[in-house]
Amino acid sequence: MTDKPYSNLHATLAIAKASFRSIVRSPSSVVFTLLFPLIFILVFGFISGGSVISVDVGVAKTNDTINPVYQALKKVSVVRLIHNQTPEQMRANLQKGSIDAIMNIQKNTKPPYFTVNIQSSKASGDKISILKSALNNIFFQINSHVPDAPPPVAVIKEDAIQGREYKTIDFILPGQLGFALLSTGVFGTAFVFLSLRITLVIKRFFATPVKRYSIVIGEALARISFALIGALFIITIGRFAFGFTLVHGFVTVINMLILSFIGVVVFMGFGFTVSGIAKNESSVPPIANMITLPQFLLSGTFFSINVFPAWLQPISRALPLTYLNDAMRKVAFEGASLMDVSHQILIMCLWGVGIYFVAVKTFKWE
Amino acid sequence: MVKQPIITVKNLVKNYGDFKAVKGISFEVYEGEIFGLLGPNGAGKTTTLEIIETLRDKTSGEITVDGFNIETDAANIKKRIGVQLQAAGYYPNLNLTELINLFCGLYGIERSPIEMLEKVALTDKAKSKYKELSGGQKQRFSIATTLINNPRIVFLDEPTTGLDPQARRNLWDLIRDIRDQGTTVVITTHYMDEAEVLCDRVAFVDGGNIIGVDTPDNFIDKLVESGFERKKEVKLANLEDVFINMTGKEWREE
Repeated sequence: MTDKPYSNLHATLAIAKASFRSIVRSPSSVVFTLLFPLIFILVFGFISGGSVISVDVGVAKTNDTINPVYQALKKVSVVRLIHNQTPEQMRANLQKGSIDAIMNIQKNTKPPYFTVNIQSSKASGDKISILKSALNNIFFQINSHVPDAPPPVAVIKEDAIQGREYKTIDFILPGQLGFALLSTGVFGTAFVFLSLRITLVIKRFFATPVKRYSIVIGEALARISFALIGALFIITIGRFAFGFTLVHGFVTVINMLILSFIGVVVFMGFGFTVSGIAKNESSVPPIANMITLPQFLLSGTFFSINVFPAWLQPISRALPLTYLNDAMRKVAFEGASLMDVSHQILIMCLWGVGIYFVAVKTFKWE
Repeated sequence: MVKQPIITVKNLVKNYGDFKAVKGISFEVYEGEIFGLLGPNGAGKTTTLEIIETLRDKTSGEITVDGFNIETDAANIKKRIGVQLQAAGYYPNLNLTELINLFCGLYGIERSPIEMLEKVALTDKAKSKYKELSGGQKQRFSIATTLINNPRIVFLDEPTTGLDPQARRNLWDLIRDIRDQGTTVVITTHYMDEAEVLCDRVAFVDGGNIIGVDTPDNFIDKLVESGFERKKEVKLANLEDVFINMTGKEWREE
């Protein structure tokens, strides 16, 4: 036995190495950190591949198809014209809402020369206004071509600039990444520390010269490394398989990893707290779910928090994951720097200070 | 030869709230012996052991381990002792080799895992997980982890509880080997037959007090001198001897 001075760093790294191996071999951490986010990304990536909205319009058999209104409507991409249904089918489908309107254009011998009869139902919702607005647009153009038409009072001048296409993946991926960090931070940390405590692994460690902080830092290092490798993996798949937008390329990835780091450190604070509160392994999931589920639903993981009712939004705006998701999206899609999202980072850090204060009070070693 | 005390316990008291678990016990463990702490469950054996191992605070009393005071030199004591806890688990999802490496890191020394596993005849399980081992193998692996830092003293808390006779005898041989290498062994047990054949000296603990410290032979001789006789005539063998004789001495892998 050589008599080297005892190295806390060496001990910390030994724990980190052991913990990392253990995490990689644990099916639940791999599923939560990599598989779940990927499945969600896949599902959402395919669901919204096509056009955003379409108005389905059943065309009546008696409809006049050679008139200019009909011809113009055929060119409007959001309107889908349906011919292959019987009148009975159309009526039934209109009631169910699987088609949005039944249209019948009739030619008249005196002005107005065309009447567009539209039948809609309550199930059609806002779609009918889209159809009406498309029709009005067509009427305006046709009317203005009639001789002796009054000069237009107002005209639209369009000037399109080059923009980035905001794809579904650009919204979904940051949300999934945030949620993966939340679950690995909360569930992973809580389960590991609870089971190390219950199975007396930590007590056995205390019979060696290792320091307490080495155990915590070693575990944290392993968890953070795993979370960041997972994040990099998700970003890579998103980029190459789904065309996820990384405005500044590699720099954006680094910024996202820095945000991931901050996120997972904050979420681990929740994990430490849960491990202290939980009496046994079966009480971890309920307590951890109380922390992760509201954030999963309310932090803009799947849809923007702007769609929530007004009373719910303040709750959403209080959750740390909201700010992580927000910062991630700004960095990835808008190309914001970390300085630009310092507000979001600050709020996450405030959560971090608060939760680690609680964690220190509740954490149990044995 | 004058026996050199390696552990000295003086007036050790441990209270858990109103409950007095240890009520002022004193004893010495000599260097190079197997010392047994015997007594029923709840007698205070494990508490006493854990205080000496620096895992638990004492209420009062004085303890020195290999010349170090447990209050001021806990760090030095930890480097010199090996500890096997009752029913302790090991880091999940790691195999035995990786666990030994982890403990090497915790002790800050380098040892070959295979060499450590060889000491406890577990080289063929080097790639197995701890939870895949049998009861006897688990205890042997636990003992291997206590030997990593070449300790002056190893503490074994009920190492043979729940083992079959073959595995138990195999563990006795291992413990004697450790003693013969010059390491002091402190062991707790509630099997008196085990203490009789294994321990050089034993202390009886009951209700938080030590009610006697001596060699097993002296205890038995004193009792016999006082006129004690066993009710049943002593036979030259017991049922365990029969069992071992019929099933063979070598232990099996469960």
